[in-house]
Amino acid sequence: MSEHASTYVPKSGVEKWLDTRLPIIRFGADYMSLPTPKNLNYWYTFGGILALCLIVQIASGIILAMHYVPNTEMAFASVERIMRDVNGGDLIRYTHANGASMFFIAVYIHMLRGLYYGSYKAPREMIWIIGCLIFFLMIATAFLGYVLPWGQMSYWGAEVITNLIGAIPLIGEPVLIWLRGGPAIDNATLNRFFSLHYLLPFVIAGCVVLHLWALHTAGQNNPVGILIPKDREKKDMLPFHPYFTVKDGFAIILFLILFATFVFFMPTALGHADNYIPANPLVTPAHIVPEWYMLPFYAILRAIPDKFGGVVAMFAAIGVLFILPWLDTSKVRSMRYRPTMRTFFIIFVIVALILGWCGAQLPDAPVIGEFKTFILIDGDLNSYLWLTRFTTAYYFAFFLIIMPLVGLRETPQPIPATISEPVLSGGYAMTAAAPASAEKKG
Amino acid sequence: MTLQTNIRAMKKTLVLIAAVAGLGLAAQPALAAGEKHTPRSGGFSFEGPFGTFDQGQLQRGYKVYREVCASCHSMDLMHFRTLAEPGGPFYESGQASPAENRFVKALAKEAQIGDIDTETGEPLMRDGTPADRFPNPYPNPTAAAAANGGAAPPDLSVMAKARHDGANYIYSLLTGYAAVPQGLQMRPGQNYNKYMSGDLTPFMPEGAEVPPGGFIAMANPLSTGQVTYDDETVASVDQMAKDVAAYIAWASDPKQVQRKQAGLGVMIFLFLFAGITYLSYRRIWKGVAH
Amino acid sequence: MAESVETENGEGGDASRRDFIHIAAGAAAVGAGAMLVWPLINSMNPAADTLALASIEFDISKVQEGQQVVIKWQGKPVFVRYRTPREIQEAVVAPMSALKDPQADGDRIKAGHQQYLVLLGNCTHLGCIPTFGAGDFGGWFCPCHGSHYDTSGRIRKGPAPTNLVVPEYAYLSDTRIKIG
Repeated sequence: MSEHASTYVPKSGVEKWLDTRLPIIRFGADYMSLPTPKNLNYWYTFGGILALCLIVQIASGIILAMHYVPNTEMAFASVERIMRDVNGGDLIRYTHANGASMFFIAVYIHMLRGLYYGSYKAPREMIWIIGCLIFFLMIATAFLGYVLPWGQMSYWGAEVITNLIGAIPLIGEPVLIWLRGGPAIDNATLNRFFSLHYLLPFVIAGCVVLHLWALHTAGQNNPVGILIPKDREKKDMLPFHPYFTVKDGFAIILFLILFATFVFFMPTALGHADNYIPANPLVTPAHIVPEWYMLPFYAILRAIPDKFGGVVAMFAAIGVLFILPWLDTSKVRSMRYRPTMRTFFIIFVIVALILGWCGAQLPDAPVIGEFKTFILIDGDLNSYLWLTRFTTAYYFAFFLIIMPLVGLRETPQPIPATISEPVLSGGYAMTAAAPASAEKKG
Repeated sequence: MTLQTNIRAMKKTLVLIAAVAGLGLAAQPALAAGEKHTPRSGGFSFEGPFGTFDQGQLQRGYKVYREVCASCHSMDLMHFRTLAEPGGPFYESGQASPAENRFVKALAKEAQIGDIDTETGEPLMRDGTPADRFPNPYPNPTAAAAANGGAAPPDLSVMAKARHDGANYIYSLLTGYAAVPQGLQMRPGQNYNKYMSGDLTPFMPEGAEVPPGGFIAMANPLSTGQVTYDDETVASVDQMAKDVAAYIAWASDPKQVQRKQAGLGVMIFLFLFAGITYLSYRRIWKGVAH
Repeated sequence: MAESVETENGEGGDASRRDFIHIAAGAAAVGAGAMLVWPLINSMNPAADTLALASIEFDISKVQEGQQVVIKWQGKPVFVRYRTPREIQEAVVAPMSALKDPQADGDRIKAGHQQYLVLLGNCTHLGCIPTFGAGDFGGWFCPCHGSHYDTSGRIRKGPAPTNLVVPEYAYLSDTRIKIG
């Protein structure tokens, strides 16, 4: 489905004047009338939800920046001043903090949707790659932002993660000092992290524009995974507005209900109590953990015994996503019709959840009960260390081994000829027949 | 899509979101051996989505803080005027503004605040005003540590948020001082508390059962009748511990009750909004097979 | 703008935009938008700590006769001037016709305390701080553009449009005033 011809006709004098000088109304009208596959389900609303999250984070962040002071002596107190003295400051701060968690919940679901329906496959590789870039920028932004309140977790999380840079051979140490602006994390670090935290969301916004441009060029995927030919457009597609604007709006409201539950009733549930202790470079917290959305990557980092190896594995876990379009050899896009791959995908989701859980546990702690088995290399088999290693192995195997092999070896189910067909036949009744057979009714 | 498939799809999404949220909530560090007790419940009125603070309890709690705790523990992020914010211990409905509240003016006056003479620049002590912060018992953190055997008493401004299940933890800690367990090797200047975090394994003889809790540098601060309550409530240790825990919970987040009340309104609005939008959505999609 | 769409059962999926339910949903969306935006805008209003410093108390027995003390209130200078009897006399007898911004001296002080003047120390022209005792009328003189104020702080000569502003203040006792 290639670019759609514009059907907008300027009516009034103002519209005609604007159309020949800066066709923004044409742009908006074309966006609203864009033919969209009519079989999109609710998993497809998370793009709109993510747009809302970005707007909420930027708006609340700009307001917070009007009151926050990026100085080690005053940062913690300035955040508490926002909570106590600034009108509505407590709501804005909790919105921003919980908004980050909501942003990641939505982005993980959005990415899993893309995985499941094969939205990363040709001709949509660029949408996927820019999406991975957005994800990476989100993690960077979240890491920088978490340092700003200057609590114990802020400081020590920054200490641990920046120390990883020091693990890079040869250039690690000088780059570390350059990054921190000094031998340790101090005022110089805090100030630059604030500056970068303000900058990156706008880089993300720019990437989102590219992401949507690529989407409109290649065309929206759908749960059946087939490309919709031009002659099926009128039957199989609906204009984006009002069909999908209202559907996205409804999904956004449901999302806001979850968001509001956290902000108003359990605003500190997703955070860590230690971050309400002012940062102390001389006292390390008992357990240093990042926020929940970084736990899977933190687990992967700790799974590898070598410090630099852990860093490489952690970045590779994100990096492998970028090359996904070329790892999957299947000709079929949607996992609806790939039962073998679907099974591996479900296991992948469970593995990712387990990895997240492992990230918060002590490596020596036993997984099942309290008993010890035997020492395998450097740790007991019944320990989170080994659970993390097994799940990390599956994580990488899923992308590097399973995807290429299954694509070549599996027998997918027959794909419907059109997206309307599965609905009309009352189920997934398959025929590999020509499109003419789909013209059963009307 | 039919209503059934709509609902099923939404349920799947919500289950997944709930699973992720549940993961986030459950992602607590693992418990090591001999970990402290889970805090006892203080039965606080402000817990839960509809909880509110008992103003009388907050006033008693403030008195315990001011007369017992404030000699060592600062509350640097609190101002006197905050005590008169709506929902606070000394809020009075007719007040012009929190800084004009008569109780707060009187309480602030009792405090001596360091300042400089406006004409000579010499340091002096003056009566407090509502705009002032709570005075810190020590001039700087080094002095605080030096005066307390090397361990500075932590600031209590956000203590209820700085500890898991903060209010109950503070209540339990203050009532958790117990007799030293058999065989426990005490470190000098330390006290045993059942609710303090820590691992006592190195201080017990080999093979002995490790008691829960840890060492805390603060000796038991509360004793019966230490504070005389203005409302004639009996000042037992249990009562004082509950009251000061409630006060610290309020001070850690003075706007929490207002936020929960606003949240109720927001949730009602969102549910209605969701309902209306869903009907609009169904109307738009009526008759369209998809 | 919703195009008519062919569906399998032939019916147009054309949603009539005038249906009440769509208007209701749209109105609720606007309401939600306002509920989201208002706290952001209100957060820029003065915060509780700024409002707490909205009024200060001052001991006027510190001011010597014929002198003024400058104190800072809400980030701005405030003149507290103890006028001599001659300065008071000059202020009282000045004719209204000579004033650019006519105002009786009695309206600029509190009854029973006419020797004390409490004024905002910013020139009403462009905000500079006038110098005490200078100028042709014995009051103040603003060096930026040459405005002359008299012993009641009223503009007499120069580009300033109005008299020096008398802030809201009250006597708590004979020696103590509260400004703001």
